[in-house]
Amino acid sequence: MIPQLRRVALLMFVLFAALLVNVNYLQVLRAAELRDDPRNSRGLIEEYQTRRGLMIGGDGETELAVVEETDGRLRYRRQYPAGPLYAHVTGYQSLVFGPEELERSFNDYLTGAAPERFARNLTDLLAGRERAGDDLRLSILPPAQQAAQDALGDRRGAVVALEPVSGDILALWSSPSYDPNRMSSHDRDDIIAYREELLADGDRPLINRAIRETYPPGSTFKLVTGAAALESGIPPDAEFDDPSELQLPQTTATIGNFGGGLCNDGQPLTLLRAMEVSCNTTFAKLGLDLGAEALIAQAEAFGFNTAIIEQVPVPADSRMPKELNEPQTAQSAIGQFDVRATPLQMAMIAAAIGNGGVLMTPHLVTEVTDTSGSDVATFDPQPFTPSGQADPQAISAQTAQTLTEMMIGVVERGSGTAAQIAGVQVAGKTGTAQTAEGRAPTVWFTGFAPAENPQVAVAVMIEDGGEVGSEATGGQLAAPVAKAVMEAALQASGPDEAAQPDEDG
Amino acid sequence: MSAVAAPAQVDARATRRNANRELALLAVGIVAVLVAYTLLGFAQEGVVPPGLGAYGGALAALALAAHLVTRRFAPGADPCLLPVAFTLNGLGLVMVRRLDYADPEAALAPAQTIWTVLAVVAFCATLLFIRDHRSLDSFRYIIGIGALVFMLLPLLPGIGVEVNGARIWLRFAGFSIQPGEVAKIGLAIFFASYLAEKRELLSIATNRFGPFMVPPARAFGPVLATWLASLGVLIFQKDLGLSLLLFGMFVLLLYVATSRLIYVFGGALLFGAGAFLAWTTFAHVQRRIAIWLDPFADVEDAGFQLVQSLFALGTGGILGTGLGQGRPDFIPFVETDFIFSAFGEELGLLGTTALLLLFFLMSGRGFAIALRCRDDFGRLLAACLTIIFSLQVFVIVGGVTRLIPLTGLTLPFLSYGGSSLLTNYVLVALLLRISTAEQRTDVVAA
Repeated sequence: MIPQLRRVALLMFVLFAALLVNVNYLQVLRAAELRDDPRNSRGLIEEYQTRRGLMIGGDGETELAVVEETDGRLRYRRQYPAGPLYAHVTGYQSLVFGPEELERSFNDYLTGAAPERFARNLTDLLAGRERAGDDLRLSILPPAQQAAQDALGDRRGAVVALEPVSGDILALWSSPSYDPNRMSSHDRDDIIAYREELLADGDRPLINRAIRETYPPGSTFKLVTGAAALESGIPPDAEFDDPSELQLPQTTATIGNFGGGLCNDGQPLTLLRAMEVSCNTTFAKLGLDLGAEALIAQAEAFGFNTAIIEQVPVPADSRMPKELNEPQTAQSAIGQFDVRATPLQMAMIAAAIGNGGVLMTPHLVTEVTDTSGSDVATFDPQPFTPSGQADPQAISAQTAQTLTEMMIGVVERGSGTAAQIAGVQVAGKTGTAQTAEGRAPTVWFTGFAPAENPQVAVAVMIEDGGEVGSEATGGQLAAPVAKAVMEAALQASGPDEAAQPDEDG
Repeated sequence: MSAVAAPAQVDARATRRNANRELALLAVGIVAVLVAYTLLGFAQEGVVPPGLGAYGGALAALALAAHLVTRRFAPGADPCLLPVAFTLNGLGLVMVRRLDYADPEAALAPAQTIWTVLAVVAFCATLLFIRDHRSLDSFRYIIGIGALVFMLLPLLPGIGVEVNGARIWLRFAGFSIQPGEVAKIGLAIFFASYLAEKRELLSIATNRFGPFMVPPARAFGPVLATWLASLGVLIFQKDLGLSLLLFGMFVLLLYVATSRLIYVFGGALLFGAGAFLAWTTFAHVQRRIAIWLDPFADVEDAGFQLVQSLFALGTGGILGTGLGQGRPDFIPFVETDFIFSAFGEELGLLGTTALLLLFFLMSGRGFAIALRCRDDFGRLLAACLTIIFSLQVFVIVGGVTRLIPLTGLTLPFLSYGGSSLLTNYVLVALLLRISTAEQRTDVVAA
């Protein structure tokens, strides 16, 4: 009996050991997986228990994202008073799909869990104080954002406005947008249904065109080619022939001008004039003269092939091919072939030209404050050095000055006259990029104002020729949008500064 | 001091030392429970719970009462069992109180407190009325038949009620009791008594079966009878857990009594056949198995409870979320079958390990008592009670941690529920009683 009893006892001990091994397996080896399983709503409830930080506009007043206390199991609900207007800036906080955009990249701050808060959280915990999320102060200027939405209307496209000297993003609009309130509701089924609806929409409202989609920049890329030319010592008054089309080396292909015409009635024209009228043959020839290497180097100095914004999750890099043969070089020089840029990238180029050639890191959040208003973190203006570059100086101050003069010409007497603002000197460049055979062009305008003391730089992109279709041009469609946004930004950022050129002029 | 102390004197001194040990261990257990209670109060209300003093006092008074009865009426009893049981009971109370915070309307804690008092009374009564465990031997048939009838009572219309698919409850006068829980003890007494008497007969192998020498066919009668009874519990009451427990306990006890492994093989075979039969016949058994194999296949419905349990354990991790700071209320029936997962979430691996070690300690002490007992009945009864206890912990903890398919059973001392608590206190009292018998025979031998 004794040995049998011992054996049975041993069997029971083995069973206990199995239980111990199993809880170790579940609570150590598989703990993280089980804890973070999206179907485990424990973390979610915890997260929704904290009053999420607010997002405040650049005017210090407009509330872009607030919270509302509910009676439900999830205590706080995210609300966006302006509906779709800031959706691509703030993102949403979905209990099914998680947070997006700033809600995602600043989640730690918004939930009060940032490392900077560690000491305070510890004292709060010991004192039994409830943890509150920290508020974000954004650089977005509500009037500029509103102007972007209004001016773009129901066309598919994007607008990015920057303050050249600081890199502050004043407007970031991608059209069409969506209602982040519905994505942030506490109704799982409705969130899923709404997202399905958005995904099924051919206009792709969930896509953030301003920072996450790339497009052929077309003639706005002539700013890069022009910069490379000026940097190489070619003066703005250097003269070029005016053929109706340029025969590309090694192929039978040619590059023609817009509408198939001449740029200057067949007379030789200066680089300045070529920029004003956006002469394809001149810039293609220039590209061939400069060579692929110089062109690629200049594009990369402006931020191509580098992620240029850190504050939002997974931005797209603008793309400049690393190797180009001669025909490809000529096409790239006018922003075609495989050159692709985000609207943000094009706005950065304009901003750098307006900022004496220095790139600034674009940012949306300028500071993070706690509920008592004291700073948790600040994001001061930072020069931006693209990867592989020695410094943020994309072009010399002299080149920037010359390019500015060319861009003033574009708006005063060239392809971009629709961007003119009464009493303010505007510098800009239009673009009309062919995308595919038979498809309407992507049209652009990028520029800044006031030209001599830029307060705002802007890039406007409209997909597929907007409502005009295949005959659309950037000067016709995108320039008026840019004008509206710049006007709004100038007015909002200070009537004094906006009025100054008025007195001059 | 004389070099040779009188045996009686030595015994008295040892007995006192033993009792003092029990008292000290009880104090440690109460401190642990009160710390847990205080932490819970902090987490939920941010203050030391106002009733801490009264609660601590009541707990101490209960413990003291149980201790004094043990000291007086069961001198020389095992000093570990009562403190461990009391600590588990106290922690269970704290967790039940914690679950009340999540659902104040449930008001589980007041009921469980009353049950605790009743259970301690039952513990004392058992020690008072059963002065020698051998007295139970004479009532074998009354106890056995009584237990069986009691167990089957829920099948009677009128007083039996079906809850969540299992017909294992009796309800009268606003009280619900689970006769199966109580009947276990009666069946244990019957089995132990029956096997103590028949063990010689059952262990003689007279027939040849292939290469094995096996006992005569009629010796398998009781095995078959228990198997059928277990199947009956399974089929008519749909109580998988109890069925498994009764059969497992009987087979293991038969092995201990007869030293014949053939019973274990035969039992395993019958278990396999029964399990297969149940699996092919009953949708609810099939569902349990399917959930066990892949609880994540239907997270929102069928697998919900088990998946929530696993999420709770995973969320708890090593340190746990802290008492009162998890969401154990997400698990349906967390207060009974799934209370282990609630501890896992809020106290983490440290907590679950501590609980398992306490159960392990009780099991170990139980087997030690059985090994030391001199009479067959006492030894078998101690073994049987310990096997019930250990198997029950394994079946339910294994079930909620997905080690084995889930079958509904309460977790001794921790789960909410009066029948279970009362039964387990009586079980401990019986083990203590048997442990004193061992001492008494020592005295006689000396």
